Amino acid sequence: MSTHQYKNNGDAPRIGVYICHCGMNIASKLNVAELAEYGKILPNVAVSRDYKFMCSDPGQEMIQKDIQEFNLNRIVVASCSPLLHEKTFRQAAADGGLNPFYFQMANIREHVSWVTKDFKEATDKAKALVSAAVRRVAQHQALEKKRVPVHSDVVIVGGGIAGIHAALTIANSGRKVYLIERQPTIGGHMAMFDKTFPTLDCAACILTPKMSAVKNHPNITLWSYSDVTKVEGFTGNFKVKIKRKPRYVIEEHCVGCLLCVDACVFKEPKFDDEFNLGMSKRKPIYLPFPQATPLTVLIDPETCLQLKRGKCKQTCAEVCERRAINFEQKEEEIEVDCGAVILSTGFKPFDAKRVPEYGYGHYNNVYSSLEVERMVNASGPSQGEVVLKDGSKPKSVGIIHCVGSRHAKTNKYCSRVCCMYSLKLAHLVKERTGAEIYNFYIDMRTPGKGYEEFFDKLLKEDVNFIRGRVAEVTNWAMTAKEEGKLIIRVEDTLIGSPRRIPVDMVILSVGLEAQADADEVRRMFGISCSKDGWFTERHPKLAPVSTMTDGIFLAGACQGPKDIPDTVAQAGAAAAEALALVDKGFVELEPDTAFIKEELCCGCRTCIGMCPYSAISPNLEKGVAVVNEALCKGCGTCVAACPSGAASQNLFTDEQIFEEIEGVLTYA
Amino acid sequence: MRDWLVQQRIKFKMVGGRKSHLVTNWEIQRKMKYEEELDPQFAQDVVKKLGSDNLFGCIQCGTCSATCPVSHHMDYSPRRIIAMTRAGFKDEVMRSFTIWLCASCYSCTVGCPKEIKITELMYTLKQKAIEEKVYPSRFPIPVLAREFARTVRNFGRNHEGLLLLRMFLKTNPFKLFTMSGLGSKLFFKGRLEIMPHTIKGKQQLLNILHAVENGNGNGNHGQ
Amino acid sequence: METETMASNGKVMAGEKPMKYFYYPGCSLKSTGRAYEESLLEVFKALDVDLQEIDDWNCCGATAYMAVDDMKASALAARNLALAEMQSNGDGAQIIAPCSACYLVLLKAQKAIKEKKEKANVLLEAMKNNGLYYTGKAKVRHPLDVLVNDIGLEKIAARTQKPLKGMRIASYYGCQFVRPYSTFDEPYNPQTMDMLMAALGADIVDWPLKTRCCGGTLTGTIEAIGQRLSYILLKEAEKRGADVVATACPLCQFNLECYQDSMNRTFEDNLNLPVAYFTQLMGLAFGISEKTLGFERLFVPLKTKAAV
Repeated sequence: MSTHQYKNNGDAPRIGVYICHCGMNIASKLNVAELAEYGKILPNVAVSRDYKFMCSDPGQEMIQKDIQEFNLNRIVVASCSPLLHEKTFRQAAADGGLNPFYFQMANIREHVSWVTKDFKEATDKAKALVSAAVRRVAQHQALEKKRVPVHSDVVIVGGGIAGIHAALTIANSGRKVYLIERQPTIGGHMAMFDKTFPTLDCAACILTPKMSAVKNHPNITLWSYSDVTKVEGFTGNFKVKIKRKPRYVIEEHCVGCLLCVDACVFKEPKFDDEFNLGMSKRKPIYLPFPQATPLTVLIDPETCLQLKRGKCKQTCAEVCERRAINFEQKEEEIEVDCGAVILSTGFKPFDAKRVPEYGYGHYNNVYSSLEVERMVNASGPSQGEVVLKDGSKPKSVGIIHCVGSRHAKTNKYCSRVCCMYSLKLAHLVKERTGAEIYNFYIDMRTPGKGYEEFFDKLLKEDVNFIRGRVAEVTNWAMTAKEEGKLIIRVEDTLIGSPRRIPVDMVILSVGLEAQADADEVRRMFGISCSKDGWFTERHPKLAPVSTMTDGIFLAGACQGPKDIPDTVAQAGAAAAEALALVDKGFVELEPDTAFIKEELCCGCRTCIGMCPYSAISPNLEKGVAVVNEALCKGCGTCVAACPSGAASQNLFTDEQIFEEIEGVLTYA
Repeated sequence: MRDWLVQQRIKFKMVGGRKSHLVTNWEIQRKMKYEEELDPQFAQDVVKKLGSDNLFGCIQCGTCSATCPVSHHMDYSPRRIIAMTRAGFKDEVMRSFTIWLCASCYSCTVGCPKEIKITELMYTLKQKAIEEKVYPSRFPIPVLAREFARTVRNFGRNHEGLLLLRMFLKTNPFKLFTMSGLGSKLFFKGRLEIMPHTIKGKQQLLNILHAVENGNGNGNHGQ
Repeated sequence: METETMASNGKVMAGEKPMKYFYYPGCSLKSTGRAYEESLLEVFKALDVDLQEIDDWNCCGATAYMAVDDMKASALAARNLALAEMQSNGDGAQIIAPCSACYLVLLKAQKAIKEKKEKANVLLEAMKNNGLYYTGKAKVRHPLDVLVNDIGLEKIAARTQKPLKGMRIASYYGCQFVRPYSTFDEPYNPQTMDMLMAALGADIVDWPLKTRCCGGTLTGTIEAIGQRLSYILLKEAEKRGADVVATACPLCQFNLECYQDSMNRTFEDNLNLPVAYFTQLMGLAFGISEKTLGFERLFVPLKTKAAV
């Protein structure tokens, strides 16, 4: 672009104003024709028009034609958010031969037509915004985008099925991937499941081959039991700092033979096994589960006698011929460079204790769905048997949908996967126990390939479906048959009558929530979250895996609740986007960076301390500050902080801002 | 014993009123509703009086009816009252026992996933029914409400004995005989005031009540 | 008087103002719920807390008035808030409302005046024209809230002279003071009364019906429904081995206790379960005489063998 010669069409501004109808989005809420007429009387305006879809080809061509015909040198488009089409219109201006930064957008859709109810008020507000844009654009200057080379490696944070799939896709293209996982093993929630809906594929059979492929791939470096602690840089050139927590076992030496576990001074497993959600026990030295990847044991410093008290016979270390155990291991910090980052940090299941009326944690046989997932898993705490706390098989089981979802007091959203996994659990529990199963649902949501068919199958499997949200689970028996049971109180809304259903076991189909530290992670990577804590995509339809920060992509449930097929599809998309970025070899930087007017700089260094991106450094020779344009993100902090007015920012100069304000204020 | 409790049936027989749903009625009725039989304004009126339009957000999950301690005696469950209100089934809603059976325990209100103030909705419907005089004539609940209001206007405070006396006189005077045992027991335990207490600021209170009635514009007529 | 006693006992720390609350009895505490008032006043006196009855208070409106007119019901409640604020000389009174219905109705009016501008304007204007003002400074509190959160369980435990050892108590919260406006306890699984009773040395009965409705006014209007609700509660408490049901509302107490004969007739049973105010049980633990606490007003006497 820098080689392109733009015409100037003379020094005096000649502005073209274009009012977009956005179909009926804008045109039905304010008077677009009046707005276009108003544009004509504004200073320096040579032509002002309205058109149905400015972003369409004919719309863009109209701008280009006018540049020629009216000798325009500035363009204002009043339409939607710059987020959506600023790029489009800058390109249109460039295609018409102008420097693309001789362009200003007025947002009369999100800021006006979508929010202002009164027709006249909306028209007036739009006029003020157009007036501001026209005054501002007259002050614009020609700017050039800078090209910066990109690093070709990709960092992926989170090794669930999303991270695994993205890592393999990128690695298979020949690029190098660093996969960082917080837990001692990759696999995420999917590794905990027994079967997957709607095909009832064995989760382990489809996941574990991918896990070992990750471990063995020459292009993938897997760092499990590690956290990202710091991220610096910008698209194409990130520096990611990673903290590797000590396992007290040397990963390169350990082959997962488990002799050390047998040899541990604790003869019996004694401590809650995290992978089985506390339903079974493990020793201080353990492998999370048999297919864990990497196949490396680790030692829990909270329970290991050597690490906790410094006193133990160390029988584990003794038995390890490969000398893998190292009680002296320390936390390690690594820094890697990469061009793109994919966040696939997943979700956390809703804590059922937050709905006290369902008695989770109070009554013995009220389980969360994830606990039952472990229970039905052949390698789970009960070897695939569904059993009550006393070891007996339940004769009746109630599955309560929407726990923590679709409720103003917990989460308002639908968690999307619970209906389907509840159906799956109904099928599995029925298969394992032959119990009478009741599903309590508000609405049955089965939109997916083969999902409705799965529901249909369950209907014919003698599973009971009661449409109604359960009010409470108690052990309060009214009849002899209810004695000793858990009583579910619900209105059967299709029949229109309140019912009491006694069951032996209650399964709470808990919803999905953003990770507890989602906000920290979002800050670290400079992206945004919805109010529920899900990472926000750049555009829900047109950029579903990109974020507001270039070079950071999203995959899987960290962006919102989704099932395995959707997660894998999104992971593939994120991998493609990341590859498109790193394969291009360079990025163009937005020129809205700050700069220092050397003649005004007094060398006080106020800006240097304020800059959140460490983009400013002192030039000791001249005694002034210097901005590194590659690092500057254009946040404007230095501009606001500079006491002498030396710091300024492209596209946000004082003149431009003041003209814009004047434009709003002088509207009449 | 408990099984017996569950099987026990409760019948309402209203003098001059209609029979409860538990009394078998073999007459075959038309169930189809024509749009012109409905009141399209009803929901809007209720929403205005209620001061909240959350009831349009109802997802018909039935939590209200499931958590309600009296829903199993109601002719329409609270959930159906919401659906019917929304759809303009004014006659059915206003003449339902449901709105009178609500004991104001607020279980539904705190349980509702869409934050619909269901107890307040029931109050609103009760107010409307009293205003439009569509409740069963000797049904004790609205009578109690009106007599309560009257007692408070007369004395500034409630007087339990007087209130019950008036209510039974207006609904079922025979009941007074069965209640007399309880009454005398309360009296001997020192739990029954003989004379109602009249507050000093009674006139002030009446003035305020009068003022808000006017200020309210559409304040109703308790008497 | 009481402040002097406190100072001489040295129980109040230097510079700390003695605790003082306004007291809104409500109609029932002057009649059927007299024992609640008697025991409540005794207990707060024993804890060196001064309760000042709001002068010339009127009926709060209760649930019945709400069925007649929303605006007038709020006006009834609002006058009491104004009286308390004015009698505190604009000092920001804290009003203790022991009856659940009064607590809910007063709190609802307090919230409405704060949050619903239009309604507040009508109410405040009507009061102003009749010589009353309310700026929102007077706040409504439940005695349990004050006992647990202001006074503290430690102080209450320290004041206990005759712990309720071996007494199995089913705490009954009922509805209106935990729902929907109360903020000091959880609406489905409230704990304050259980914690209080445990602090007095009693055993707590796990009883899933502790917030289920007693029938409210239905017990008087449609007996068959109302008494059934009360009966279910008592039966389950009895089954779970409760010696006594502790209540915090005059209507709950009345429904659960006074109709036991009638329930026994209707449901062919033989219930004889004492239902006492939680303040009466506190008083017992504090070593106050049963007569002073209004125990003789109960229809079903407390089996004192468990109490001593």
